[in-house]
Amino acid sequence: MMTALAVVVILILSAMLLGGLMAAAGVFTWAERRLLGFMQERLGPNRVGPFGFAQWIADTVKLITKEDAPPEGADRPAYFLAPVLAALPILAGFGVVMFAPGWAIAELDMGVMFVMGMLALTVYALVLGAWASRNRYATLGGLRAAAQLLAYESFLGLSLMGVVMLTGSFALGDIVAAQEDRWFVLVQPLGCVLFLIAGVAAAHRLPFDLQESEQDLVAGFMTEYSGMNFALFFLGEYLAVLLVAALATTLFFGGWHGPVLPGAVWFGIKVGIIAFVFVWLRATLPRPRYDQLIGFAWKVALPLALLNLLATGWIVVGGA
Amino acid sequence: MENLLSEYLPILIFLGVAVGFGLILLLSALVVAVRRPDPEKVSAYECGFNAFDDARMKFDVRFYLVAILFIIFDLEVAFLFPWAVAFGEISMTAFWSMMIFLFVLTAGFAYEWKKGAMEWE
Repeated sequence: MMTALAVVVILILSAMLLGGLMAAAGVFTWAERRLLGFMQERLGPNRVGPFGFAQWIADTVKLITKEDAPPEGADRPAYFLAPVLAALPILAGFGVVMFAPGWAIAELDMGVMFVMGMLALTVYALVLGAWASRNRYATLGGLRAAAQLLAYESFLGLSLMGVVMLTGSFALGDIVAAQEDRWFVLVQPLGCVLFLIAGVAAAHRLPFDLQESEQDLVAGFMTEYSGMNFALFFLGEYLAVLLVAALATTLFFGGWHGPVLPGAVWFGIKVGIIAFVFVWLRATLPRPRYDQLIGFAWKVALPLALLNLLATGWIVVGGA
Repeated sequence: MENLLSEYLPILIFLGVAVGFGLILLLSALVVAVRRPDPEKVSAYECGFNAFDDARMKFDVRFYLVAILFIIFDLEVAFLFPWAVAFGEISMTAFWSMMIFLFVLTAGFAYEWKKGAMEWE
């Protein structure tokens, strides 16, 4: 069993990681609004602090003071549980992410599986929140969320199977170590693209945010949420983007490998670039129609992921 | 077994810290935030008019179809993962048996497609 000292060390590391993640998610919200502003030829938030940098702190303080008004018919326990379920699994997923050799809260052999499982859990938050709100927009948003996340979940696992086959391990550390010479994006380009598409859908970001598309559903599953509960949903979404970016960095972009700079810095840079691509996608692409969204997952992405798996297996077996 | 569980203990501790932090935020909101509910405010939001009927409504059966399709392919992924991890050491027999399994699944998938289970208009 673990000694008391080890537990204290983990406690300190946990607090550091949590603080870092909260700050990263907050800065990411500011960076996104600012970047979107520039892409749409406006300024974005620029009043609080230098370049508006403290905007996310001001927003947090504002959200704490805001009233939360659960609607009358709401299922109250589920209504308050849902935002917690949106944020906690994503945080747990970060517990196994390895930022540099040995820099992880827990080094699990099943790392990839664990992160995928935690990402998948967020669908419960959306559906539960939607159902508990007893609001028609929320219900529609929850239904859309369920079908979309299931459809894209099905090829999320398949798309990264090639990497697992090449490495022979689920441990995030082993996967990064295997990319010392060449990043897996070079040998698994199709897998990488499919993984990123599924990742955007899993983090329910634009263009795959039909469950909260404000033009037709007000705010979808979040319609009735406000104050701190809304903030938790929001936090969960932004942390999910960062988690998907961290996972993509680990699986396809060589994790902490890079010249000169220390590993953790490289990891941060790569995650930042992928997160920037997420924002860029949001500024560029329109939403698909819902039948196109579901059709793409089943008719294009899933067969491609299977094909990628077969080709990888064939090459590995043939080469060995 | 004990070793396996203690691997997950750090994550549990991390989650404990996260829950503690979240509780502080939620409790501070409970203390600071205003609360003045009135009938208009706590009624379900419907773009400015009263709800015609309940939000617990009938919905399209195609949402179920997606879920059923998902179960099949998620099971498939669950089978594929251990196979993929052991891929370096498995024999040709193991490789081809998985290919046959995938072929059967793909045949079923093609049938569903042809039957229009994935059409959504």
